[in-house]
Amino acid sequence: MRYDRPQMATKTTTADSARASADPGTLTLVCLLAWAIPGAAHVWLGRRQKGAVFFIVLGLMFSIGLALHGRIFPFEFSEPLVALAALADIGVGVPWMLARVAGAGAGLVTATTYEYGNTFLIVAGLLNFLVILDAFDIAMGRK
Amino acid sequence: MISHFLLLVLFAFLVSIVFAVLMRDEPRQQMRTAGLMFAGFVATAVVFGWLMYPLPL
Repeated sequence: MRYDRPQMATKTTTADSARASADPGTLTLVCLLAWAIPGAAHVWLGRRQKGAVFFIVLGLMFSIGLALHGRIFPFEFSEPLVALAALADIGVGVPWMLARVAGAGAGLVTATTYEYGNTFLIVAGLLNFLVILDAFDIAMGRK
Repeated sequence: MISHFLLLVLFAFLVSIVFAVLMRDEPRQQMRTAGLMFAGFVATAVVFGWLMYPLPL
């Protein structure tokens, strides 16, 4: 029982420090950073290995999607599936903005790899949404 | 010409890495989970591919 107290104290300190950083402003910043640059929030929260993996893999998936003539879908609310695909595309953050500015992602419907490109682009965005949730959980001290 | 199977393998590889890193904290566990998930993705795709083979398009 004598050793319980130091252990409890250590655990409480760790949990407290995690909760201390979980104020709404910080959480918003974490989520925005995680959205804008895949993996950046993890690096900021001290999970460098995870952050580096997310940055490389999601960036690579998005680039492969563009190289395969995938399309970055516009927000067309008259076509719900296109709007949902656009929402997924936007999930990858700054790479999406850069691609839009550079005029990439027009999509080539006649290309054999068009659907593969779309899949890579959409899934990169959706996976980054999961990365955002993971960063949120870390900032809340749940992980 | 780009192989469809190669693209499938590449997609499975990248997605399984992200899922494994999200789910596990230790690098060893991450590699194990990623390997299992990758094998599962590819095996499932091949099995479903063969199951759909006799279907008319």
